[in-house]
Amino acid sequence: MRTIEADELTALADGAGILGTGGGTHPYLELLAARKLYAAGARARLIDASELADDDLVGVVSFMGAPLVSKERLPEPQSVCAAVAAMQDYIGRKFTAVMSIEIGGENAFLPILVGATMDLPVVDGDAMGRAFPEAQMTSFAIAGLDLFPFALADIRANRMIITRSASAKWTERLGRVVVVELGSIAGTCKAPRTGAEIKNHAILGSVTRAIALGRAVGAARAAHADPVAAILAHEKGALLFRGKVEDAARRTTGGFVRGVAKIAGLDAFAGRTMTIDFQNEFSVARLDGDVVACVPDLICVLDAENSEAIGTETLRYGQRVAVLALPAAPIMVSEAGLPLVGPRAFGFDFDYRPFAGRHAA
Amino acid sequence: MRRIGIDVGGTNTDAVLLEGTTVVRSVKRPTTADVTTGVRDALAGILADDGGARIDAVMIGTTHFTNAVVQRVGLERAAAVRICLPAAASLEPFIDWPADLRDVVRGPVFLIGGGHEYDGRPIVPFDRAAMRRVATEIAASDVRSVAVTSVFSPLTSESEDEAAAILAELCPGVAVTLSSSLGRIGLLERENAALLNACLRPLATKTVKAFEQALADSGLGAPLFLTQNDGTVMRAAFAERFPVFSFASGPTNSMRGAAFLSRMTDALVCDVGGTTTDIGLLRNGFPREANSTVEVGGVRTMFRMPDLVSLALGGGTRVEGDPPVIGPKSVGYEVTRLARVFGGDVLTLTDVGVARGLAAIGEPAKVEDLAPALLDAVSAWIRERIEATVDRMKTDARDVPLIVVGGGAFLVPEKLAGVSEVVRVPHHTVANAVGAAIAQVSGEIDRIYRDLSREEAIATARRAAEDNAVAAGAARDTLGLVEVEDLPLAYMPGNSLRVRIRVVGDVAGV
Repeated sequence: MRTIEADELTALADGAGILGTGGGTHPYLELLAARKLYAAGARARLIDASELADDDLVGVVSFMGAPLVSKERLPEPQSVCAAVAAMQDYIGRKFTAVMSIEIGGENAFLPILVGATMDLPVVDGDAMGRAFPEAQMTSFAIAGLDLFPFALADIRANRMIITRSASAKWTERLGRVVVVELGSIAGTCKAPRTGAEIKNHAILGSVTRAIALGRAVGAARAAHADPVAAILAHEKGALLFRGKVEDAARRTTGGFVRGVAKIAGLDAFAGRTMTIDFQNEFSVARLDGDVVACVPDLICVLDAENSEAIGTETLRYGQRVAVLALPAAPIMVSEAGLPLVGPRAFGFDFDYRPFAGRHAA
Repeated sequence: MRRIGIDVGGTNTDAVLLEGTTVVRSVKRPTTADVTTGVRDALAGILADDGGARIDAVMIGTTHFTNAVVQRVGLERAAAVRICLPAAASLEPFIDWPADLRDVVRGPVFLIGGGHEYDGRPIVPFDRAAMRRVATEIAASDVRSVAVTSVFSPLTSESEDEAAAILAELCPGVAVTLSSSLGRIGLLERENAALLNACLRPLATKTVKAFEQALADSGLGAPLFLTQNDGTVMRAAFAERFPVFSFASGPTNSMRGAAFLSRMTDALVCDVGGTTTDIGLLRNGFPREANSTVEVGGVRTMFRMPDLVSLALGGGTRVEGDPPVIGPKSVGYEVTRLARVFGGDVLTLTDVGVARGLAAIGEPAKVEDLAPALLDAVSAWIRERIEATVDRMKTDARDVPLIVVGGGAFLVPEKLAGVSEVVRVPHHTVANAVGAAIAQVSGEIDRIYRDLSREEAIATARRAAEDNAVAAGAARDTLGLVEVEDLPLAYMPGNSLRVRIRVVGDVAGV
């Protein structure tokens, strides 16, 4: 176990922004909230999964709702703490630690805010290794673990527990209905996980990875070196494209922002075109019509000037961008994983294909 | 119609007299520390040989309020009232402000119950009793300006309006800024804009009064307008209440003036000043707006601002050594004293331009000795910098026209990659004052609409934006659409659509 130092928070925010793959954005507000807790003397502690006993219980936390609502309501860690407390009451046991459902975007900071508030250590891991749009797109669901009970809470005195659901999809559906009633933002505590389940089925080392990624980008920026090269070296990824955003068409279907971004090539890619489909996160990248990267691998769009991650909602005409592919965790591309998080799970009519250079890495 | 446009810059106060669409006269006067003396001088210059015919309106653009924030002078302490509890309590007002600014302006901070959900339902009922206690406390303090921010107030300003009524009752005379009148969704950024506005209110009142006095002293009875970031104007009485809306009016006025003088509506504009060059894109005759957060004096805000790139390239930019090191140091407004062609001993881009024969100013003999290789190197540097920025600001690969304005416009080469035509216009050195003189009135709305078709939502938003424009002084029958942007929202029920619309029209009753 170790303390997460104050200077690591900024790196975590930068790293989580990149791992958000367009859906989760740079967690600026959450970073401020964490800094505020730190300024008041609180500290979050990070523990390795190996430090957990097999029968310890871990609270897996996240916000559920619309990102835009957080921009008005600001981060509400107290709702997540309430969900964690409600879950402990329901199961009649205390958690040993907390962990984020996803390391990409705003949710990366939740266990830090909750852990620092409730004095619980943060497990160095998550269940996505990136950001995904739906709660069942996790390594736990892929492993076939039950996704109930599931606790939701808001900032008022509302607490709810889904004691049982027919499937992972049902947990997501029921949860969404409740969240909408609560104002499209709620704190959630997912099904409690034992130490053994975390060790066997979580994606381990995610927090350390995000901090190191953020540090690598920060160091490259400070040295006026190329942050894209730093990311690729750090993540064993590939540069897919450099270009300029020409169009970003968005529409809402089924509660998600879907759309296509079109990018015209520059430099070595002059004359070529990349299109990227998105469903909250970037899901498929095509070069001159051919698929060159797809979910569950991470497709990241970075501002070519400052290497900050660009989200699907902040894409705009004229932006100079670099498009990167980073490899997803092995469980995500496994035979059990692809039906839940591969292209077909997002409505595409083709099978997963690794990006060029993925295996060479 | 006869209008006077005035641009109060850091160095010069420029003024033009516009008759219909003709620039009749223009003058440049030094900007004075008190600002108004420069305005009075400029007015005297512009009216000197005038026949005394009626002036219908005076439009002033000023960077005074931005400078006040950047330099931390003339600011008043402001109280923050946030209507949000139990939500939005994790980050307090003034968080992440530069400490030196916060220390000067932070007044008492209050968080009380209320605010709304994204769909207009109250989160909890507005806590009127708490608001009355807050108002009583403010009345007893020495704070004279308050910013009120409520959760999702761009959707419904109900809580903020009630708070304003209570403040008016219990502490009359205290200036109140409501965040809902500044727009955009994003509580912290909107609150920051409201707080900056609140600490500028006394300075705004003082400045507007001084401008009005300057007009009266000059024998002008014409109504006074101040120009805003989006290239439109607001009535003086309105400007007194919303100084933040004039933050970026300088570069915006240059771009609007460039559009007017060139009679083009879609082009890039390059404004070359003494120290910097601003490059921006005109769309429908207006600067394209920045879509993201904008920092003002180190404070993160989000409201309408032009999307510009500034380069350290101007007439006063220093050229040192051989091979030359060019900029970012500049002699700025002292170029007319320090540059070689003006008898000084500093080599500047102006000197290089004169040596190249691009401009006939000063004494060309003083730069005859410059080596051709040096001139070539400097010219190549200017070209590369402008071409790279032009390429960055374009929205597609096609060549676009580039309108060049400002005192250093002669430095821009005739042929540039990515540019179809370099457009030079008369009166280009006072394009900013021309932009002020021609300004119209706008109205904006940024709201979430549910369960409406896209067409219905846009039509509803447009009506609301038109009402705002009329309230700001526009004639309703002249209103036209400038910008519409709609964004479907993730994880929201019932086809939620966020619509942002801006309309503009002519000044009413002038």
